Amino acid sequence: MAEVITLHHVWAGYGTTPILEDINLVVKELDFIGLIGPNGGGKTTLLKVLLGLISPERGEVKIMGHSVVKGRRYIGYVPQLLEFDSDFPLRVEDVVRMGRLGKRRLLQRYNQKDEAIVTWGLEQVGMADLRDRSIGQLSGGERQRVYIARALASEPRILLLDEPTANVDTKVQNGIYELLKELNQSLTILMVSHDLGAVSTYVKTVGCLNHRLFYHNDKLITPEMIEQTYKCPVDLIAHGVPHRVFSQHPSRNSKDG
Amino acid sequence: MVETIFQALQFDFMRNALLAGVLVSVACGIIGTFVVVNRIVFISGGIAHAAYGGIGLGYFFGFNPVFGAIAFALVAALAMGWVERKTQQRADTIIGVMWAIGMAIGIIAIDLTQGYKADLMSYLFGSILTVPQQDLIMMLLLDLIIGGMVALFYKELLAISFDPVFATTRNVPVDGLYLMLVSAIALTVVMVMQVVGLIMVIALLTMPAAIAGQFVKDIKQMMLLASILGIIFTTTGLWLSYFFNLTSGATIILVAGTGYLLSLLVK
Repeated sequence: MAEVITLHHVWAGYGTTPILEDINLVVKELDFIGLIGPNGGGKTTLLKVLLGLISPERGEVKIMGHSVVKGRRYIGYVPQLLEFDSDFPLRVEDVVRMGRLGKRRLLQRYNQKDEAIVTWGLEQVGMADLRDRSIGQLSGGERQRVYIARALASEPRILLLDEPTANVDTKVQNGIYELLKELNQSLTILMVSHDLGAVSTYVKTVGCLNHRLFYHNDKLITPEMIEQTYKCPVDLIAHGVPHRVFSQHPSRNSKDG
Repeated sequence: MVETIFQALQFDFMRNALLAGVLVSVACGIIGTFVVVNRIVFISGGIAHAAYGGIGLGYFFGFNPVFGAIAFALVAALAMGWVERKTQQRADTIIGVMWAIGMAIGIIAIDLTQGYKADLMSYLFGSILTVPQQDLIMMLLLDLIIGGMVALFYKELLAISFDPVFATTRNVPVDGLYLMLVSAIALTVVMVMQVVGLIMVIALLTMPAAIAGQFVKDIKQMMLLASILGIIFTTTGLWLSYFFNLTSGATIILVAGTGYLLSLLVK
């Protein structure tokens, strides 16, 4: 399978303290990777590096063989759902249309092809009926679907999701993961989350990020595998954070991740 | 009453004032919409006050204060816009400092200027009743420029207002468009300042748009409704100030403020 994203000894951070330390990652076509890790462990920083919002201090990032700024047009980015200004007067279809921005230059108007793709994107996520609804009237899960549709409208090769199930309830979560699983038949998906349980059920491979990345892409995902992948970093995760990612903690001293 | 209205319309100054109200309302409706959805009311206020520095320098060096105001407003807008986008912390502090320094420069420059300065109050509180014909043409031009800019860059302006990070990932020139937007705000502020005065610029820029935002489904409707509301407020305010012999700028603002409070009750 072709390599769609490669990170080679990447270091990044803000100011003098590195958040990401020596990250190596190869994402292959049709991968479905869930990266988990504690808050402050570098998940958001890694996304920012992949989107070209911050430049790494060291190392090399390639997207579809291009530099980040050129390659990010292949990425459909789905941001974390935030309680944003729900007064912003905007229809669902207007949001999805923004996915077409990269395809139309300044001064160019959207055309019929754009409109057709917007409709297709809305259908993919099951939101076509609500296209005229105001974005502020939607529930959290519906809004997340709209953001996925917006990402799809940019005809991406890779979907990049930031905590796609933050701020939605469990039932809605499962619906979104089912949708992603379906999309994964034609798209590579990389997502970050702090929610181990749900992620492990749907993704093909799991990585763990806490300043350093623990990722073994050749492993199929089974509960035992997750345990193994997690053993080392889980200790780090559990220390000093208010929630534990694991309900049970069989081994605290093994450091072999 | 009807007779009095016709009588008033005989006066050039009243016709000009009403027309100025319409032209200013269109600019405020369009630009105010972006000010409100981008939450940069504070920057707009800062631009208005910093512009006073240019007015003061105009008086001191003897050039048209409006050009001074435009120059100061543009510089302040670009500086504040840059600070807002690029500094992580304390953007509001830095903007507040520029706001105060601009104002102070204006006051000191006017202190140092010899002679008659009564005209200055009109920049603080507005002078819609004495708007000269050539200013009306300038306002019309500005309306056309702003309208054209928004029409040409609508999809990008919408995107950078709603989700600048996503727009960046689509390689939209977010920073450049943002600076263009704050420049348009600066020009609008200087224009509105001549009508209601710089102290009340923010009100006319934001209140019609804030009301409109509660009742519309997209930004285009918001701009249209805000413009119409602005026209209603300025026209009503002008007539009230005429009948009761009140300061026109303040009357317009109070009418708009009443409208805003009513809209909150209705919603």
